[in-house]
Amino acid sequence: MSCHPSGLGTVAEPEPAEPGAFAAHRAKGKVRTVVLIGPPNCGKSTLFNRLTGLRQKVANYPGVTVEQHSGRMNGIGRRDLTLIDLPGVYSLNNTSEDARVAIDVLHGNMPGTPPPDAVLLVLDALHLQRQLMLASPILALGLPTLLLLNMSDLLAARGGKIDSLALAQELRCPVALISASHGTNIDTIANFLARAGEPVEASGNAPVATLPVLQNPVSCRKWSAQVTEAADYRHPTSPIWTIRLDKILLHRLWGPLAFLAVVIAVFQVVFTLGQPLNEGLGAILTNAGAHAANFLPDNWLRLLLRDGIWNGVQAVLVFLPQILLLFLFIGILEDSGYLARAALIADRLMRSIGLNGKAFIPLLSAYACAVPAIMATRTIENKRDRLATILVAPFMTCSARLPIYTLVIAAFIPNKPILGNLIGLRACVMLSLYILGFLAALATARLLKSSVLKASSAPFILELPQYRWPTLHSLTLRLYDRGKLFLKKAGTIILAVTFILWLLSIVPIHFSGNGGGHFSDLADSVIGRIGHYIEPLIAPLGFNWKIGIGLLSSIVAREVIVGTLGTLYGADPLTQSESLQAALRHDMTLGGAIALVVFFAFAMQCTSTLAVVRRETNSWKWPLAQFCYMSGLAYLAALVTNQLFLHIF
Amino acid sequence: MRPLRSHLGRAVEIEEKQAAKSVALSELGEGEWGVISHLDLPAEIQNQLAHMGFMPEAPVQALRRAPAGDPTVYSIDFAEVALRQETARLIQVIPGEPGLVTADDAEKAR
Repeated sequence: MSCHPSGLGTVAEPEPAEPGAFAAHRAKGKVRTVVLIGPPNCGKSTLFNRLTGLRQKVANYPGVTVEQHSGRMNGIGRRDLTLIDLPGVYSLNNTSEDARVAIDVLHGNMPGTPPPDAVLLVLDALHLQRQLMLASPILALGLPTLLLLNMSDLLAARGGKIDSLALAQELRCPVALISASHGTNIDTIANFLARAGEPVEASGNAPVATLPVLQNPVSCRKWSAQVTEAADYRHPTSPIWTIRLDKILLHRLWGPLAFLAVVIAVFQVVFTLGQPLNEGLGAILTNAGAHAANFLPDNWLRLLLRDGIWNGVQAVLVFLPQILLLFLFIGILEDSGYLARAALIADRLMRSIGLNGKAFIPLLSAYACAVPAIMATRTIENKRDRLATILVAPFMTCSARLPIYTLVIAAFIPNKPILGNLIGLRACVMLSLYILGFLAALATARLLKSSVLKASSAPFILELPQYRWPTLHSLTLRLYDRGKLFLKKAGTIILAVTFILWLLSIVPIHFSGNGGGHFSDLADSVIGRIGHYIEPLIAPLGFNWKIGIGLLSSIVAREVIVGTLGTLYGADPLTQSESLQAALRHDMTLGGAIALVVFFAFAMQCTSTLAVVRRETNSWKWPLAQFCYMSGLAYLAALVTNQLFLHIF
Repeated sequence: MRPLRSHLGRAVEIEEKQAAKSVALSELGEGEWGVISHLDLPAEIQNQLAHMGFMPEAPVQALRRAPAGDPTVYSIDFAEVALRQETARLIQVIPGEPGLVTADDAEKAR
């Protein structure tokens, strides 16, 4: 084996020994399964995406990946190899749920996942000394291992250096300096994998790296200090911008003010910019629908396509711009590294309700969607803290609530500026709804933590990532993926539900003697009868029967209510020609409308969330309790709201 | 620029120079340095912290407190880790500058 000069562009090999030498007994078979392992936030998922061509979520805070993901290594033309991305681990004896997944897969103890044949150990080149501690237990596994020093472009740029050849010699394993985000030196991985499968003549006394006592972190740290010194490692200079920014963003006074300013700015933009964009898209869609309908024969087919499908789906589709704007902001917060600072600022508040500041990260991501947020709770070590966080996460205002909030607010709340031009009344009402959900989450967590889920508080240990510019590329990908997901939902679940509702709104079909037939009136249809049947239950909340049907249908997913209302009001001859906003304005009181959004702030209307809670808690008990509690609370809160409006205003 | 030597080696030198007068890590004021002398935490947490760099002989700097006064961000092993006071109270340090190039020094040098 020849040895290459070290540096970017090549892989550094230890001199006499083959890469797989100290795994000679295992390296006989063909390599099929490769795992990516490394400490949190060192760029494993970025590399995974590059090697597989897939798009796992990446962001700039520890704990983004919480479960294993596999993919074929299409990115380097190796369809035959399966790459497994694992959650980050600081050591191989961690106890949190996400770390356990990583450790089980690595040891081949994960049911349904083949044991790995080769390991790609990813370390952050900027923090090599500390992260190299993880190399010792990994190398001790005896699998063919390639050490990838990620962000090595930044290492050089910030005045650090490493002799990768010397490092390879010390560790007796090949080392490559890469940049996962720029794709620098990625071909070394293909080369390594091509050879890792070759049978190696076990020379019995092949030199093996001297490893420290694995159970002793102090010994591991001393070992890594020795190794990095031998490899002439020079630590990069401190991240000046991170220090400067934190001086402001974690400042006693400016810190919380900046936090507040960020929140208000998000609301202003999502609302003031998102609203006209929604309306613009709405106008385009309405025109397109009307235009297309003209080409259709005036019979049942036109009714089916226009009233049955288009009205409902279009009512939901118009919210796409606003949802994308929201995700753009969440993306910026996650990619820049601010999210971890927000958790730090919120720790005091979280502690007062008995939770850990770390729980704030899943709760913040629940503003996008509760499903990934509930998965993200795997990073919380304490089981009871984790359960409490899972149970309150659906109270956070997810993006699926945005359509009904926006619809009701646009229909009932005048757009008056308050506090000068700082924030409008509509944005203010929206903000109150978000705060309402957050308070419900806090109060519920407090209740749980002081009763059934009482536990000694777990320590708050959080590594703060360095700030990074969110790249246009990653933000675009996020928005593209979210947009696709939203369109897919509109094209499947929402389309199906609105179609069924429309069908139920025209049956029974009354046949006359001469073979012709006509559809039922809305009030006489199956859906009308169901609606009128449940109306007494919801009338005290200020809801009419159409809203009642909307609530029933939205148990599938929250956005569905807008589709349902679009279909029902579109099918009603009285409101057919009006926009959905105008139709609602004529059909509801202000009290009923506010009660409706309050209901949505609390209610658990999402089958995906229920399913993920069931999976993560491994029982039906918790999702059922959660559903009953949240629905009960929603009903009561809506009742109180409507009655207050009735008696006071 | 002289290459930095392993800070662990340096820490030992400093420890030898100073009288062993340790205080809790939580006592360090913003910007102050110390060298960890002893940790008294449950084994599991101690292990987790050790893998983030909190172990005897390691130099640590209290960088800044969160706006509410707690947790505090510590600079350890060239990374920033936030700990609550209740955790930092159980980590003993010997106060004093280990003489490393700090972030602030680097900024001044510019």
